[in-house]
Amino acid sequence: MKEVITAKNVKLNYGNFEALHGISLNFHEKELTALIGPSGCGKSTFLRCLNRMNDDIENIRITGEILFDGKDIYSPKTDLVELRKEVGMVFQQPTPFPFSVYNNIAYGLRLAGVKDKELIDQRVEESLKQAAIWKETKDNLNRNAQAFSGGQQQRICIARALAVRPKVVLLDEPTSALDPISSSEIEETLMELKHKYTFIMVTHNLQQAGRISDQTAFLMNGNLIEAGPTEQMFIAPEKQITSDYLNGRFG
Amino acid sequence: MNAKSRDKLATIIIHILVAIVVLILAGILGNILITGVPHLSWHFLTSEASSYKAGGGVRDQLFNSLYLLVLTTIISLPIALGAAIYLSEYAKDNWITSLIRTTIEILSSLPSIVVGLFGYLLFVVQFGFGFSIISGALALTFFNLPILTSNIEQAIQGVPQAQREAGLALGLSNWKTIRGIVLPAALPGILTGLILSAGRIFGEAAALIYTAGQSGSTVDYSNWNPFSPTSFLNVMRPAETLAVHIWKVNTEGIISDATIVSAATSALLVIVVILFNLGARYLGNKLYQKLTAAK
Repeated sequence: MKEVITAKNVKLNYGNFEALHGISLNFHEKELTALIGPSGCGKSTFLRCLNRMNDDIENIRITGEILFDGKDIYSPKTDLVELRKEVGMVFQQPTPFPFSVYNNIAYGLRLAGVKDKELIDQRVEESLKQAAIWKETKDNLNRNAQAFSGGQQQRICIARALAVRPKVVLLDEPTSALDPISSSEIEETLMELKHKYTFIMVTHNLQQAGRISDQTAFLMNGNLIEAGPTEQMFIAPEKQITSDYLNGRFG
Repeated sequence: MNAKSRDKLATIIIHILVAIVVLILAGILGNILITGVPHLSWHFLTSEASSYKAGGGVRDQLFNSLYLLVLTTIISLPIALGAAIYLSEYAKDNWITSLIRTTIEILSSLPSIVVGLFGYLLFVVQFGFGFSIISGALALTFFNLPILTSNIEQAIQGVPQAQREAGLALGLSNWKTIRGIVLPAALPGILTGLILSAGRIFGEAAALIYTAGQSGSTVDYSNWNPFSPTSFLNVMRPAETLAVHIWKVNTEGIISDATIVSAATSALLVIVVILFNLGARYLGNKLYQKLTAAK
């Protein structure tokens, strides 16, 4: 299995506080990896290292190595726009921009320098279809994206992330702000899409991780406790503490 | 006294207090409008002010007020916008930033007569602009900047942090995120702040008495050359505004209908300011709807 992102001994400090104590983890192509663990364990922080979203935080220091397609993303030569085009992101709260659905999806494309109107039209339609929101939006492409329901907004955001054809999409608790029905719709969408894209998802919902992920990584207190194929992790985890967490004895 | 009757008492007191506020406001507004509106007429709006005879109008004063408002807005909006963007997006949370914020707060409570005298010394005397529209506009900018800046800053800070992150995650630079996402999202708030401050500028007198002057020169509304001394667009000519006119008519006016003129001018001033406020709400709501739900 080809590895898309490889993290080697990633440590992260806020000032004197070390939040990640050296995490090494590989992400396989066209798989969905779930990052699980109790609140404050560093899973979101780690996720945000993968597209350098932590860069702007003051007094932050990240060491170790994160390779994307074999290249160190923290090297000074990395083009952030290019990186974030390849590694997209969807957040906990749906974050459609305050303009039309069409312009939301087209934004990233235009930013990437695509000018061809036909190509943009085609990508908008394709992305919305992939995110399973085409039916609800096709007659309303000029409607403001923020006027849709939470679940619909989140799928518009997924479509926006997909429009620039990224290799990897980071999902930071993408369904925790949504109702159960919208959540399960998003899960279905992700199940479909993971044959085409690589997903890395932070989630608090263990059942969700069990249902849709191929690989699971369990983090606690800034350490990677255990990682492996999801089935194996959920049925026979190697460590007692993993088993305790998965069985709801703490966290 | 038990909790229930205490609650009742508190409710009654609060209602009485609010009634006092409403009564005072309604009284002032009602008085101004009732005494002024009957004297408002097309003739009053379109004829020149007279210096000693009865029956003058406020044509030039009305135009000067609007012209000063437009100029002040043109000067102060970009500055306030830039300062607000800096404060909300770039400024680090340290003592320099809090010093800037405190300075802005102090400036916004500066008495306008002080702003006027400062403008007189700096623009009228030092820079040699004389009593002129440009001196007035610059003084009004000083007067307007602090409040406009904090209004815009609040509007920008009202945009959820998640929106900025989403922009950055898409590969947008800081500036592109601000320009492309944060500013459009903050637009309704910015607009409301702008129109409300326009009301303040429009009604300001003290800051203008010593800067824009109290006398109107002869104004020719068909002369479009802004460098000609008689042109209505000339920014170097002295210009009396509506608010200054009220003050002047009442203090040193020798026209026999001074009470009528000042009542009518006051009413006109109040009506325009009310229109600004209603306009601010309407436009703010419209924009908000457009940005959040409009089809």
